[in-house]
Amino acid sequence: MTVQQSIDPKNTTDEDVVMSARHVAKHYGPIKALKGVNFDIHRGQVTTLFGENGAGKSTLMKILSGIIAPTSGQILLDGAPVNFHGANDALAHGISIIHQELALAPNLNVRDNIFMGREIRTARGVDFAKEERITRALMKELEEDLDPLTLVEDLRLGQQQIVEIARALQAKSRILIMDEPTSALSASEIEILFKVINDLTAKGVSIVYISHHLEEALQITDHAVVLRDGAMTAWAPRAEIDLEWIVRNMVGENFDLGTPPDSKMGDPALTIENLCVPDASGHGLVVDHMNLSVRSGEIVCIYGLMGAGRTEMMECAAGRLPAQSGAIKLHGQDISHLSIAQRIEAGLVLVPEDRQRDGLVPTMTVGQNLSLASIAAFTRGLFTSRKDERKVIEDSIREVTVKTDGGGAMIGSLSGGNQQKVVIGKMLATRPEVILLDEPSRGIDIGAKAEVFKLLARTAKTRGLAVVFSTSEVSECLSIAHRIIVMNKGHISAEFDHTVSKEQIMAASGEAVHH
Amino acid sequence: MADITTSKPATGDMNLNIGKILLEGRAFFALVVIIVVFSFLSPVYFSANNFLIMSSHVAIFGLLAIGMLLVILNGGIDLSVGSTLGLSGVVAGFLMQGIELPSAGVILYPPVWAVVVLTVLLGAFVGAVNGVLIAFFRVPAFVATLGMLYVARGVALLMTNGLTYNNLGGAEALGNTGFDWLGFNRIAGVPIGVIILALVALAIGLVLIRTAFGRWLYASGGNERAAELSGVPTRGVKISVYVLSGVCAAIAGLVLSSQLTSAGPTAGTTYELTAIAAVVIGGAALTGGRGNVRGTMLGAFVIGFLSDGLVIIGVSAYWQTVFTGAVIVLAVLLNSLQYGRAGR
Repeated sequence: MTVQQSIDPKNTTDEDVVMSARHVAKHYGPIKALKGVNFDIHRGQVTTLFGENGAGKSTLMKILSGIIAPTSGQILLDGAPVNFHGANDALAHGISIIHQELALAPNLNVRDNIFMGREIRTARGVDFAKEERITRALMKELEEDLDPLTLVEDLRLGQQQIVEIARALQAKSRILIMDEPTSALSASEIEILFKVINDLTAKGVSIVYISHHLEEALQITDHAVVLRDGAMTAWAPRAEIDLEWIVRNMVGENFDLGTPPDSKMGDPALTIENLCVPDASGHGLVVDHMNLSVRSGEIVCIYGLMGAGRTEMMECAAGRLPAQSGAIKLHGQDISHLSIAQRIEAGLVLVPEDRQRDGLVPTMTVGQNLSLASIAAFTRGLFTSRKDERKVIEDSIREVTVKTDGGGAMIGSLSGGNQQKVVIGKMLATRPEVILLDEPSRGIDIGAKAEVFKLLARTAKTRGLAVVFSTSEVSECLSIAHRIIVMNKGHISAEFDHTVSKEQIMAASGEAVHH
Repeated sequence: MADITTSKPATGDMNLNIGKILLEGRAFFALVVIIVVFSFLSPVYFSANNFLIMSSHVAIFGLLAIGMLLVILNGGIDLSVGSTLGLSGVVAGFLMQGIELPSAGVILYPPVWAVVVLTVLLGAFVGAVNGVLIAFFRVPAFVATLGMLYVARGVALLMTNGLTYNNLGGAEALGNTGFDWLGFNRIAGVPIGVIILALVALAIGLVLIRTAFGRWLYASGGNERAAELSGVPTRGVKISVYVLSGVCAAIAGLVLSSQLTSAGPTAGTTYELTAIAAVVIGGAALTGGRGNVRGTMLGAFVIGFLSDGLVIIGVSAYWQTVFTGAVIVLAVLLNSLQYGRAGR
């Protein structure tokens, strides 16, 4: 354990520690979710928790925000030990948490959300005028031009997040815990959020930040705390660390996402010609005259920011979204008029971005999820064959290496990484020729990420599968892909082979280079 | 995020298992308790003949509940089944009276098998209207079938002008006798209605467990978007379950009007609620994707045997309503215990 607690970039002293954890441990029966964690939160600074899924970040966060109590160890607030009795008690001590899934009522307006549960009550009911005044002041403070009477459902996600922050500020929070705040934000919204975080820290608010997006978190953080398997592996100020340091401490070794496989490239399997997809409003184009050709055995990575049109291009190719014009061809055959089911049968499958919403059936077992797309393969006449289904499931589990006991477990009992493998395995079980994966690494830890990429590389090589995957992390572009395509505002802005540098990719995506 | 918090403590495994068995088999245990309690309270309750009579009452709710189960598995609801039952009975009664063709100056008396087929087709049509409204026009299931509840009932009232068809016997000379066979005859001592219920339950059970359609239904009820992206024809599945629910309601309507040898336009009023209750007591989740025929059958028998038992021991009809309501709430409470635990 390398606990470094030395030179601080902002020259803070120990008096600036507002909150600290001392030997905090949490056990659930025999399972040790946290095994004695120590760290400090400094006044007016950002402390980021890094760690894979299951490393204990969520547990630690819940302890800090009073949702659960630690089994042993202490939480010190301004140097004195505290025991929170629930989240409201922690809130009374000035600690707010903003969950990944925002806790707003979309049918209420900004003002009512900010004062939800803490309405300013007078003898004659709620003092809406005063609430509105305070809301306006808060919005001014956050430099967000939001009318207090706007409904939250009419706001963009980034603005909704601002409302959550305003709510925390209204409760006079000194410590703000943010769980994956950027996961659903666009690049410009992230920029605004980071500016707000900087303003907050300048005012003395301390931030605890959690993100899977390492590069992004490094931009904003002042201190890094790395967890692995419930134990803290490292703790250091920003000036002493870099991306490699975090990854090394997260996974315990130098991690490699793989290299392009030496597969035998065949004819173009998927050809997209002049594809246009209208945007949600129907006025503009979210995919603008895009051309793409992928050969069998080839792996193509599509890099682009949120809103670049990656998701829409893939959903259109898979039949989920209608195209405005253009052609989608599979081995030269136009498949634009086919249904989703027919495209799957023809050999084109999509692994969607949001696996909870679009990928998994939570009421079914691992096995039933795996076999869902290939029911026809084990149906004999009227009835399904249990024996044949079991073979499909067992083959799938072996192929994608899901850690489970034969497929009878409920899908919800698997970790995020294994769930993602089930979604991929389900589509691979249909024996596709082309597989599109929309952000296959989203929300899974780096170990599972490497396994998913290894699996894709192997399948491309052995089966001659054409693979197209999208990502918003540059480091993932430089892994198994033979070709890297950068999308920006609905069209391809650059195309590279795998020898390209990170800076070149980021420059082509229209992203400001922060490093 | 970290999922470590889901594991339960290993202590108290024995207690937990007994609790779990009781929870998962609750409909079965409830039925056993009902039979035992009423057998003590009444000397006539525990006899084969009484069970068969009660079962033929259960047949009506049971048929509706099987159709309702399919709809609920899909994440929907079908409030129109009671009215569809009533309308089917009336249409069957109407057909038995003969169709007068003024232009030809004759009256057509369709044979009973034709009456049955036409009535079942009517049920399918009502269901198809529900299904198309819900699947293609995105009308919420609750609203679409609520509308159908009124429309079907209204049509039944219009057809009879509020009166009841009393003569469903047909006549030897007209070749349309035998309608009462469904409601009165027995095969090996078992009422036909009960046999029909058993056959429908077996068939639907098999469809759910062993066919592609069954798997599609569970998948689209559990997560429609994921099912669609996996190539499941989700709209087709949706329309099919409402059609099947309509067919079940029509069969129940035929059995009921045959049992009563009359077809009234108000038959089956509020039966949709009993059917929903049976499905819920049987452990199905109203959010879709969870439930099975075995549970639903147990649920139907729990409701039927409870209310008939209360009649036999002479409890007032008002108390029956109270008891049935309490059982439903208890069942839903246990459902949320079961799924709340598993889902977290």
